[in-house]
Amino acid sequence: MKLYCLSGHPTLPCNVLKFKSTTIMLDCGLDMTSTLNFLPLPLVQSPRLSNLPGWSLKDGNAFLDKELKECSGHVFVDSVPEFCLPETELIDLSTVDVILISNYHCMMALPYITEHTGFTGTVYATEPTVQIGRLLMEELVNFIERVPKAQSASLWKNKDIQRLLPSPLKDAVEVSTWRRCYTMQEVNSALSKIQLVGYSQKIELFGAVQVTPLSSGYALGSSNWIIQSHYEKVSYVSGSSLLTTHPQPMDQASLKNSDVLVLTGLTQIPTANPDGMVGEFCSNLALTVRNGGNVLVPCYPSGVIYDLLECLYQYIDSAGLSNIPFYFISPVANSSLEFSQIFAEWLCHNKQTKVYLPEPPFPHAELIQTNKLKHYPSLHGDFSSDFRQPCVVFTGHPSLRFGDVVHFMELWGKSSLNTVIFTEPDFSYLEALAPYQPLAMKCIYCPIDTRLNFIQVSKLLKEVQPLHVVCPEQYTQPPPAQSHRMDLMIDCQPPAMSYRRAEVLALPFKRRYEKIEIMPELADSLVPMEIKPGISLATVSAVLHTKDNKHVLQPPPRPTQPTGGKKRKRASDDIPDCKVLKPLLSGSIPVEQFVQALEKHGFSDIKVEDTAKGHIVLLQEAETLIQIEEDSTHIICDNDEMLRVRLRDLVLKFLQKF
Amino acid sequence: MDPECSQLLPALCSVLADPRQPVADDTCLEKLLDWFKTITEAGSSLLLLQENPCLLGLLCHVLKPQDLSPRVLAFSLRLAGMLAAQEDCFQYLQGDSSLFVASAAGQLLVHILGLSLQGAAEGHPGLQTGDWPVCAQKIVSHIEESLRSAATPQITQALNVLTTTFGHCHNPWTQVLWVRLSPLVACLLEKDPVPAAHSLVDLLLSVARSSVLSSSSCGLWETLAQTLSHLSPTQAGPLALGILKLQECPQALRAQAFAVLLQPLTCVLEATAQAPGLLDSLDGTGGASVTVDTLLPSKAACVGLLCRTLAHLELLQPLPQRPSPWPQAPLLGATVTILRLCSGLATPTSDAGGHLCAFLVGCVRVQRAALDFLGTLSQGTGPRELVTRVFAVLLEYLTSPDSSPTVLKKAFQATFRWLQSSPETPGCSDLDPHAQLFLRELLPVLPKRLCSPCWEVRDSGLEFLTQMIGHWGGQAGFRRALLASEVPELTEQLLRDPESYVRASAVAAMGQLSSQGLRVTPASPEHPGGRQKSLLAELLRILSTDSEGFPRRAVMHVFTQWLRDGHADVAGDTERFVARVLQVASQDLDWEVRAQGLELALVFLEQTLGRPSSHCPYAVTPPVAAPPSPLAQALRPLCRVQLFEFAFRALFDCDRPVAQKSCDLLLFLRAQTASYSGPQGSGSVPEVASVEAALQRWQAGDQGQPLGYLEPEVVVAVLRSMDLEGLRGVLAESSDRVEKSPQSLLQDMLATVGALGEDEADCY
Repeated sequence: MKLYCLSGHPTLPCNVLKFKSTTIMLDCGLDMTSTLNFLPLPLVQSPRLSNLPGWSLKDGNAFLDKELKECSGHVFVDSVPEFCLPETELIDLSTVDVILISNYHCMMALPYITEHTGFTGTVYATEPTVQIGRLLMEELVNFIERVPKAQSASLWKNKDIQRLLPSPLKDAVEVSTWRRCYTMQEVNSALSKIQLVGYSQKIELFGAVQVTPLSSGYALGSSNWIIQSHYEKVSYVSGSSLLTTHPQPMDQASLKNSDVLVLTGLTQIPTANPDGMVGEFCSNLALTVRNGGNVLVPCYPSGVIYDLLECLYQYIDSAGLSNIPFYFISPVANSSLEFSQIFAEWLCHNKQTKVYLPEPPFPHAELIQTNKLKHYPSLHGDFSSDFRQPCVVFTGHPSLRFGDVVHFMELWGKSSLNTVIFTEPDFSYLEALAPYQPLAMKCIYCPIDTRLNFIQVSKLLKEVQPLHVVCPEQYTQPPPAQSHRMDLMIDCQPPAMSYRRAEVLALPFKRRYEKIEIMPELADSLVPMEIKPGISLATVSAVLHTKDNKHVLQPPPRPTQPTGGKKRKRASDDIPDCKVLKPLLSGSIPVEQFVQALEKHGFSDIKVEDTAKGHIVLLQEAETLIQIEEDSTHIICDNDEMLRVRLRDLVLKFLQKF
Repeated sequence: MDPECSQLLPALCSVLADPRQPVADDTCLEKLLDWFKTITEAGSSLLLLQENPCLLGLLCHVLKPQDLSPRVLAFSLRLAGMLAAQEDCFQYLQGDSSLFVASAAGQLLVHILGLSLQGAAEGHPGLQTGDWPVCAQKIVSHIEESLRSAATPQITQALNVLTTTFGHCHNPWTQVLWVRLSPLVACLLEKDPVPAAHSLVDLLLSVARSSVLSSSSCGLWETLAQTLSHLSPTQAGPLALGILKLQECPQALRAQAFAVLLQPLTCVLEATAQAPGLLDSLDGTGGASVTVDTLLPSKAACVGLLCRTLAHLELLQPLPQRPSPWPQAPLLGATVTILRLCSGLATPTSDAGGHLCAFLVGCVRVQRAALDFLGTLSQGTGPRELVTRVFAVLLEYLTSPDSSPTVLKKAFQATFRWLQSSPETPGCSDLDPHAQLFLRELLPVLPKRLCSPCWEVRDSGLEFLTQMIGHWGGQAGFRRALLASEVPELTEQLLRDPESYVRASAVAAMGQLSSQGLRVTPASPEHPGGRQKSLLAELLRILSTDSEGFPRRAVMHVFTQWLRDGHADVAGDTERFVARVLQVASQDLDWEVRAQGLELALVFLEQTLGRPSSHCPYAVTPPVAAPPSPLAQALRPLCRVQLFEFAFRALFDCDRPVAQKSCDLLLFLRAQTASYSGPQGSGSVPEVASVEAALQRWQAGDQGQPLGYLEPEVVVAVLRSMDLEGLRGVLAESSDRVEKSPQSLLQDMLATVGALGEDEADCY
């Protein structure tokens, strides 16, 4: 059993598991932090961004000035943003049988895999995962395609040139594998390969293994997966949460008794408690708006935004913000808000019960109804006529490199009255802000990451007790910035096995058993013999039939009787005569009793020697030697067949035959 | 016993004796015992038994082996003990698995022991146990046997019996008993682990507190010292605290106890490699150096021990007999370090420190305990550098988004205490520069807390603000900082908070802000003080329309304070203000609001009639001067604000505290008017008669008709004609005297099991 690690990002995993005869890809995350090296794509022409000076080497050489621009001491690539793909060379991806998706954030690289690697298998995911994943992809494609950029920079990627660049460009990894965004056509084609599954549904893969999604409590439709055969169980835990937010709670019990538990997608901000951050978010929002400033919340169109809107729903009246407009701008804003209301079966119990009242499960419906929350596909169109300040704007993309957020950063960045509040933990807020410097607006960082923290992980592991834990290397040591925080790492026994990008792990357990079925008529013919209380043995002669990874013992074919009976059988036609088969023996020979038995039968002068493997019984007079070992007994006597048979019969008395 | 109860008792006894009947709860049985106790104390127990043979029946019945509930058994035993304490005919029931029975049996043993020795040993303090009455000897040997037992429950029982004995009896024979038993107690210490350590600690402390025992002569100090060193750190803590609380105790033992108590903190300091100076003064107290691994081995142990230690030290700190010199600086250092470890701020360099950090990070329990203790430590001083660290860690907690609401509340409390204790700059009544600097950093945090989505946070923020203004509202530095912040405006906004507790706290804070002239008033020449007026209106709005009691009560407190202080808004037209407030308060459904209305009325009354003792001679605006004019003149304002109508209504209020308060107010008023020689004979004035008639209707419950304006003379006449003393007597009787009566108790208990006649009709 092997694990091929194609991504180094702990929360955007992409691993391939080879288990029995199957090849299973676990998640397909896309690392978008690479886009932070690029200049933002402004939706509205920005004189500031278009007039940035080109970057030149220390010696004045300016051959890169078309590709690289300088802004407040940082250098950015002036090109269509590119993403860092999972490793494609480590394993032939066309051999992948299935892809299991855990949640909508972990499927963003799907089109790259399904459309460009010769993949012919099936993708499994829950319905909300697919629907919301489609929205995220659609938004991404839309953000990038609506600001066409003629230039695609590639000179800087040359290894010799990259070395000369300033950080962080110099240190960017795998730049040669960075790719431009996929198209909507590729998205549609990729999504058409997905088969929908429900929680706890058992899916047979070629009869060899069974895979089952379990609720993981992190997002709508988010799942952990169990991959099991009859005797082995691998759990794949990715992006789980034990907090009470909108999704169905995490199913922990089903993870018990795993041989291996692959653990990914823990919180990216282990030191921040989501409750405290929500509080921080609300207070800063209120303080800004009260002073006449605007609040910008760069976010994804689904996920934490539902919880934030719910908090604000309860909060705005108490904070005297009832008259402040909330805007949600995304090409998929409408679908996101509506989808969330129809996936009732995937929601937490509280929200499910609302559906029967009937009430919309999320209170943002009421915010929309009362005109407190308005949503627009883009800042062009209706929004510009409705726009009223001070206000709160939720919009993407959290990287601040594309999407409507770029415009709001340019618009509001100059005033210290305004505030940008970062809630998504995927991007370093300082790096995200770098191309907007110098910036007057206030920046608040309150990352809300509801995924498991290390305390919860330690409880979870105690609860489900896997034999082995496998996790990204980042989880096996404290974060570099807080090396003293021994609590911020996985602490389990035996220590977790860690992996990093492009590594292949041999998982630490051997398959020892395989299940074989016996046909009823064959089973009928068996004559079991009890050798110990509760344990019976029987000899079986059968044909092992294997098809689709299922093994069946069938009765051996009956000897075909000659139809005529007149022809004489030829010797070579003889089927082996079962009667000449010697019986099978079992049991062990207790030496002392054996010696007593020998004495009873008239042997004297018996000597017993201990050997490494057992005993040697010497009959000195008869010059005979009986060698007793765990799995064999030898009688060595010269040319006295009578004696040998007598001794043999004595030995057999201590053994069971069948 | 009254006949009604006598009639009910047999039915109750048979219910208690019937194992199939659901037994009444413990409280009922306790009350029943209390009642029997008063009966036996008042009269003869024998008579009680003779008159109520059912009691004897019950006692005989419970002695039969049966499936009786342990509660009833315990109850019966205690009743029997109460009725016939001299009779030592009960079996020892100490081994019973039920706590109720064991404890009752234990107490019984103590009583029997005490009683049997009362006569015998009193005259002869030197009497040895061998000369004690047989039953006492039997008890003592039973205790000895239990102490020698290998079973912890038995040892616990024996220790508990002894603890009760030494706690209750202070006769010379207890010393004899201790001398005999102390070797056996000392033997317990040789076992590992020490059995029943908790009970052992209780016993030793109980012996040490006993005034009869001369501790030095009977080796108690040695035993205590030995126990301290044998018990685990968790078990030794309460003993150490107990020793340090003793009035008299050898210095060496105290030092040892203190070292035990400080051990966990020493460990923390060691593990985090503090400045050696700090360590020495904690370590130098004689305790053996212990490592984190042994003292704080797991998260649960570490958290538990630190919380207990901090709580113990917090209890010890204010006591006069606390150890001296008190290691203020190391304690401060350790507490700050713990708080920094909890918040993940500390960066320990050693492995032990790393473990501690992993245990403590984010631990709310330890945070709360440490903040409580830190607040207590504000009573002492500390080196400047440490005080800076205290303020820094407090600020960190107040700022951190990760501070839980309860932790934040404690942080606010500790902050206030530290600010309060920070020295004032000589020659200028302002905060010291240190605290000023802190305030400058703190005030930007406060608005964020006041905007928190968590109401507990908003509430504790407001409470803190109110305390701060109350204390420093007059100081220039504070005023400047506060006025420059958004705090006053936000506070006003919170008057409309959806959470009633927050509204109440906002009312209190606004009251303070306004009293100190700290309310933000946009300067507008045409409406001087225009917005100030509106706060009064806003508070009146809350008083008359708020659906919850807390904000309305808070408004009444503010108004009372304003009236007392001669607040500008009130002083302008006091009569109108009082009239309006009383009118609204009288209709309030919350009795505390009405009671507070009477408080306000009293303040007004005192100011109107004058009460020289309550005046400050240096007050800028002295309250209305004492009446030189006839009293009628002085009473007129009271009549104009309809104070009497309010007070008379309150007199017949369905809530007793309101009626009592009103009664007191009217009695005070009557005393004030005693010298007034108005028209005598109330009946002669027709108005008086009509008022009296109206009051009678009010008393009967018909409060519809108002009294209207009353002339001072009429008021005085009515006051004189009323039996206010009698009314006060009635009111003084507990209003639940009916519910508390034994008859009601018996009825209730029978009703629970459906044994009362009327319920039988329900059965087919």
